[in-house]
Amino acid sequence: MTDLAVKLDGVGKKYRFFQLEKICLKIPRGTIMGLIGPNGAGKSTTIRILMGLVHQDCGDVQVLGRRMPAEQVAAKWDIGFASEDMRLYDGMTLGWHMSFIQSIYPTWDTAYAQVLLKRFGVRAEQKIKGLSHGQRVKAALLLVLARRPKLLVLDEPTTGLDPVARHEILRELTAVMEDEDRTILFSSHHTQDVEQISDRITFIDRGRIIDSMDKEIYLDRWKRLRLEVPSGIEIPALPGIIGIKRTGRLAVAIANAFVPDLPNAYESSGARVQAVEDMTLEEIFVANVEHSREEVEA
Amino acid sequence: MYTEYTEYMKDGFFIAQTDKRPIYLQIMEQIKQRIAVGDWTEGQGIPSIRQLAADAGVSVITVKRAYLELEREGVIVTHQGKGSHVGSNAGLGTKIREQELDQHLAQAARLGTLMGLGPEDLEKRLRAAQDRLARSEEEFV
Repeated sequence: MTDLAVKLDGVGKKYRFFQLEKICLKIPRGTIMGLIGPNGAGKSTTIRILMGLVHQDCGDVQVLGRRMPAEQVAAKWDIGFASEDMRLYDGMTLGWHMSFIQSIYPTWDTAYAQVLLKRFGVRAEQKIKGLSHGQRVKAALLLVLARRPKLLVLDEPTTGLDPVARHEILRELTAVMEDEDRTILFSSHHTQDVEQISDRITFIDRGRIIDSMDKEIYLDRWKRLRLEVPSGIEIPALPGIIGIKRTGRLAVAIANAFVPDLPNAYESSGARVQAVEDMTLEEIFVANVEHSREEVEA
Repeated sequence: MYTEYTEYMKDGFFIAQTDKRPIYLQIMEQIKQRIAVGDWTEGQGIPSIRQLAADAGVSVITVKRAYLELEREGVIVTHQGKGSHVGSNAGLGTKIREQELDQHLAQAARLGTLMGLGPEDLEKRLRAAQDRLARSEEEFV
């Protein structure tokens, strides 16, 4: 068994109006990977390829040591997948769905399923058609979680949920990680969710992976520097700085490869560094997408 | 009647969205506070990284980083395979408070420099702040 739960190598897929460039992605076992990117960036395509739902044009996909899509039947015993378009039977109760999944998957954990019912505030007797959007999402997640799969793949699990439901789901996902043998891949627009619960972050934009790395290292590399620049002084172009905006004597520089020496470099050029600020993932998201698009167009 | 939160803030660890500091720093601070007030005592075992991550609802990597930094500061001690415990450093609670004070003072010094204030100006302001605090405490009595 490899240490990677997911390994994509040179995976590409061409559609008429969208192309997934040859992407490479590694997810170590025992980690939560947050997949972020704008609408239409390729998050769902990536997820569907690694689930074997969409077949790649080129490249290797390995999930839990099995090649996809060839070995998807064997792999899926250990994968739990939930997305918004997951179909539940409207006329049936949640309890019916639970027994159905239980009859298929030997790993179903009855006690855990009961705990989840309580935590998520849903009842087994409820029919699916009577559930609110949030309850449906939680029901679908419950059906996946109670199987205790080795790999959870969740496409936008918190989209459209109220703050309480979102919180319940994030809690449950971090609780899953108490078991170090389990892995989660989830996509989200909600950068705050990704910042809070993921161990690693992957950025996708326009079918390309821009960054994929350890979250702590990633957040540390991005900084915003506030500078005071006397008139007549040119701000030097420094390595690690991806953008700078100057208005009069004040300037804001964004670093995506910050090193402790960077402020000194500005100081010795005659600028004064007023502050070095951390950036939230949301701020990084916006800065990163803008920057990478400029690079592609240049 | 108050609600006793059980799910939200399960173990009392929480992440403040209004706090602009990175999450690992917030976790570090909340651990230090527990030691400073005496809830966690010297030599006492503390939750494993995965346990605390699950309780606080944050990622394992973040707690791992907080523990590493706390270990570097001598606040906790980790033994491979045996988990972590509060450092047996005498007067750790006081030291943590002092460290916290130093951080705030450094921040004040930085802002002071930015505003062109000298040491006397800063001292005056500190005294004024102390006076205000004393007055507001009188009002409570």
